[in-house]
Amino acid sequence: MRALRLIGLLVRMSVLQELQYRANFFLSVFQSLLSLGTGLVVLALVFGQVSSLDGWSPPELLLVMGVFTLIGGVVQAVIQPNMTRLMQDIQDGNFDFVLTKPVGAQLFASARAVQLWQCVDIVAGLVVIVVATVRLDGRVGIGPVLAFVALLIIAAIIIYCFWMLMTTTAFWVVQIDQIVELFDGVYQAGRWPIGIYPRWLRIGLTFVVPIGFAVTVPAEALTQRLSLGSWLLAVGLALVLCVVTRWYFRLGLRRYSGASS
Amino acid sequence: MSQAAVRGEPRPGRARSMVDFYVATMKIAVAAQFQYRLGNYLYMIGMIAEPVIYLVVWSTVARSAGGSVAGLTAGNLAAYYIVWTLVRNMNIVFTPYGWEERIKSGQMSGSLLRPVHPIHFDLAYFAGWKFVVIVLWLPIAIVLSLIFHPVLHPGVAQVLVFLVAIWAAYLIRSLFLWVLGMVSFWTTRVGALYQLYFVLELLLSGRLVPLQIMPSWVRQLAQFLPFSSTFGFPIQALVGPISSGDLYLGLLKQFLWIGVGAVLVALVWKRAVRRYTAVGN
Repeated sequence: MRALRLIGLLVRMSVLQELQYRANFFLSVFQSLLSLGTGLVVLALVFGQVSSLDGWSPPELLLVMGVFTLIGGVVQAVIQPNMTRLMQDIQDGNFDFVLTKPVGAQLFASARAVQLWQCVDIVAGLVVIVVATVRLDGRVGIGPVLAFVALLIIAAIIIYCFWMLMTTTAFWVVQIDQIVELFDGVYQAGRWPIGIYPRWLRIGLTFVVPIGFAVTVPAEALTQRLSLGSWLLAVGLALVLCVVTRWYFRLGLRRYSGASS
Repeated sequence: MSQAAVRGEPRPGRARSMVDFYVATMKIAVAAQFQYRLGNYLYMIGMIAEPVIYLVVWSTVARSAGGSVAGLTAGNLAAYYIVWTLVRNMNIVFTPYGWEERIKSGQMSGSLLRPVHPIHFDLAYFAGWKFVVIVLWLPIAIVLSLIFHPVLHPGVAQVLVFLVAIWAAYLIRSLFLWVLGMVSFWTTRVGALYQLYFVLELLLSGRLVPLQIMPSWVRQLAQFLPFSSTFGFPIQALVGPISSGDLYLGLLKQFLWIGVGAVLVALVWKRAVRRYTAVGN
């Protein structure tokens, strides 16, 4: 309960901060439109040549693009800003100030920098998902929708844990700014169902960088092609990652030597 | 002051000193960037994700469309996107976003004091960097080739034109992005403009897909813009299919765009630099 109140407070502070820069909202909208436009152009080019890609019909691939945009928005708005801030703090010693606060360091470090205007992508993703679902012509029941929402939440947890694991590595290697760009590059793979990739890449995109679970699996749930095995795997992976991330973060904390030493 | 300079003629050794300047700056770039080889490498590896995604998608399309898409087989596509990775690296030049920092931090004042046009430093420095990049790129190309089995049979002329074309592409992109970046002298709200430029470039250059896959009106449009000269043309020059007429015409077009870019840089720079003010202590 106290944790939720704290998150609420931190988010409110970030929002107030961001509201000072209202022009950035229009920039974000413009950015979202450009990237959605590019995505639609690519889909149009693909479906100008074939009628389905690896068994995915046009509205189904539109759905994948929607989930990709939505999760991308969550990463850009909530996860990435916090993680870059944490990396920076560990590098220059400002992490001391986080440790002196009477709240859990991981919680505080994960919720203090929210970029409000990046939420435009979350809205854009939702719109694309709704449009795609309508174009699936009523083939979607209430069950798959519930499963979809549940898997989106699991996806967010998995991606958060992945980022936190990467960032925590900064306690040992200090300089890891490159991973932001590395992740952005690899995340683009999520634009397409991971089934189209060669086997070795598919395994990498599932277990090394869990983009498959973040984007393809929720989309599979909504289009009713998800097996029970994938369900269990997604839930299991989320649980395992949570435990490992927590353990790894505490291990990292013990490594941290502070700015004054 | 020598008499030649008074009469307004080029001072003796002007060309020579320019060559010296380029060689020295390029050597510095090679030495500096080789220090950051690990960082450079991580960056290059991160960049591979983009062409690999395109390649997989279009190979899948080619397979489901009965072996080829717009006349390109999976092997042709692999060749296209592997050469793509080198051309992409040749396309990295001084970013327009860097101008804001240059102006804000006052670095501009320093470069204005030098007796050479500041574009020469950027051209020389990034050209030197390219040598490091090309060396680091070779193993990447070998690994990608082993995985994706590219099919290409370039003739001697194609290879020669390609070797010139990648440097011409580098020059064209340097010049045009310099012009774009100089907009920072007039306004600091440049983010939207840059993004629009980069999306147009992505679609019309052959970076997103080989231009053969684009509808014909897009191909027509791309002919009149500089973008394909920096990306699609160098790749196609090596990978083909390309007639020898188109090969030399493409090279000619590249030289034309270098001319246009140089004129634009000269014109805009003259006006831009007048708007620059600095406060020193």
